[in-house]
Amino acid sequence: MPNLPTLGVRRLGKHFILHTQGGTRLSVLDEISFDVDGGECLVLDGPSGAGKSTLLRCLYANYLPTHGEIWVREADNPGRIDIVTASPQQIVELRRTTISYVSQFLRVIPRVSARDIVAEPLQRLGCATEEARDRAAALLARLNLPERLWDLPPATFSGGEQQRVNIARGFIAERPLMLLDEPTASLDAANRDVVVNLIKEACARGAAVVGIFHDTEVRDAVATRRLPVQPVVAESAIVA
Amino acid sequence: MKPGRVLLQVRGLSKFYGERVGCERVSFDLFPGEVLCIAGESGSGKSTLLQTLAYELRPDAGAVHYDLSGRGLTDLSGLPDSTLRELWRTDWGFVRQNPRDGLRMRVSAGANIGERLMAIGERHYGDIRVQAQDWLQRVEIDDTRLDEAPTSFSGGMQQRLQIARNLVTRPRLVFMDEPTAGLDVSVQARFLDLLRRLTAELRLAVILVTHDLAVARLLAQRLIVMRHGRIVETGLTDQVLDDPQHPYTQLLVSSVLAA
Repeated sequence: MPNLPTLGVRRLGKHFILHTQGGTRLSVLDEISFDVDGGECLVLDGPSGAGKSTLLRCLYANYLPTHGEIWVREADNPGRIDIVTASPQQIVELRRTTISYVSQFLRVIPRVSARDIVAEPLQRLGCATEEARDRAAALLARLNLPERLWDLPPATFSGGEQQRVNIARGFIAERPLMLLDEPTASLDAANRDVVVNLIKEACARGAAVVGIFHDTEVRDAVATRRLPVQPVVAESAIVA
Repeated sequence: MKPGRVLLQVRGLSKFYGERVGCERVSFDLFPGEVLCIAGESGSGKSTLLQTLAYELRPDAGAVHYDLSGRGLTDLSGLPDSTLRELWRTDWGFVRQNPRDGLRMRVSAGANIGERLMAIGERHYGDIRVQAQDWLQRVEIDDTRLDEAPTSFSGGMQQRLQIARNLVTRPRLVFMDEPTAGLDVSVQARFLDLLRRLTAELRLAVILVTHDLAVARLLAQRLIVMRHGRIVETGLTDQVLDDPQHPYTQLLVSSVLAA
């Protein structure tokens, strides 16, 4: 099999039908096609509301595309899977082994400490608990999260602290496809630099990265290529 | 993925109460280690479906097949009652909404846990006691309370004792009917975290009925949304909750206060 890109998107389209609002149809993505190879960092460019986050969520199978294909090369597997038509079981497995998604917001799990939240993706790949927790601690330290917070559940952390826990959780497992939605949104300059380095290291080890970055400096520092995302021309509302 | 073979296969399952629909034409597959949530408003047929899946209620149409140890996928309708009872006591568990329905309230916590062990042939009193003690600790109940009856336990402890009682025989499939509904919010988190850890550790398959979408998001990889006894939408839990397709699911999701 020839060297397939890590991610191949073909004629992707996404519209929402808002049944609670009279069946209003919102077209967000239309006819989007691109490839991302290992080692690349593709930055999604476009005004707010253009559908960048929607695109990223489709790539994580969090949103269901209306049409098109999203081919992902599975870790340790020669084949590719179209996540638009994949079974829930296949998606769960892809998320365990292949795809990382880092958003701005941490979904806190009650009672679970920051360190265990970060260690979990490694453990689910079969890494021993001690090693996973050590690596989690090292990554949290690198992101300047004070050590006194590591064993606490992040529910009471500040936005920036929660975001760093989220970033650590997303980067710890070194998956082949990294999806980043504004990972630096509420970070100070020093931590922004740490994240920039993490992204560059991910590319260097061969990961394909697709990201949205509000911050021009971060964007310029990490982008190897850009994809303009434009708002779809508005359609009139239809009644369902 | 390698989901392995199907653990529970459900096809066209229907249950009626006279004219009224309990559940109608429900089909899905459950794989080992999967947590599947069934959500919907009260009266949507969730609990009826759960009891029909567990064959506590006989379906009026359709079939449930289960991967019986040593026999493979087997139609439950062809099983003698004795085999079904054995299944209920060993390879399956059922956690009830009201702990009074799932525990023996007049006997000790230890006996509640030991009962299922004795059902699978354990006879050594000392061993049973040790295992009961171990399971109390695993569900975070002080093992000095082994000889107390559950009537002296708080609601959260009773619910955790139900978990211990069910999991002691290492079942592969556990049915749960609104296990958090009767709990104070302050103790729900502990219960949910415990459930999350145990299901992952033991690679348990769970079918969990809840009206609480936050519980579904926390515990389940897959979600089924029911209305009037029918499945209106099903898929990956976060996809169904974040990008619901069906009008009813959209209404359900948009009616919940974000927390």
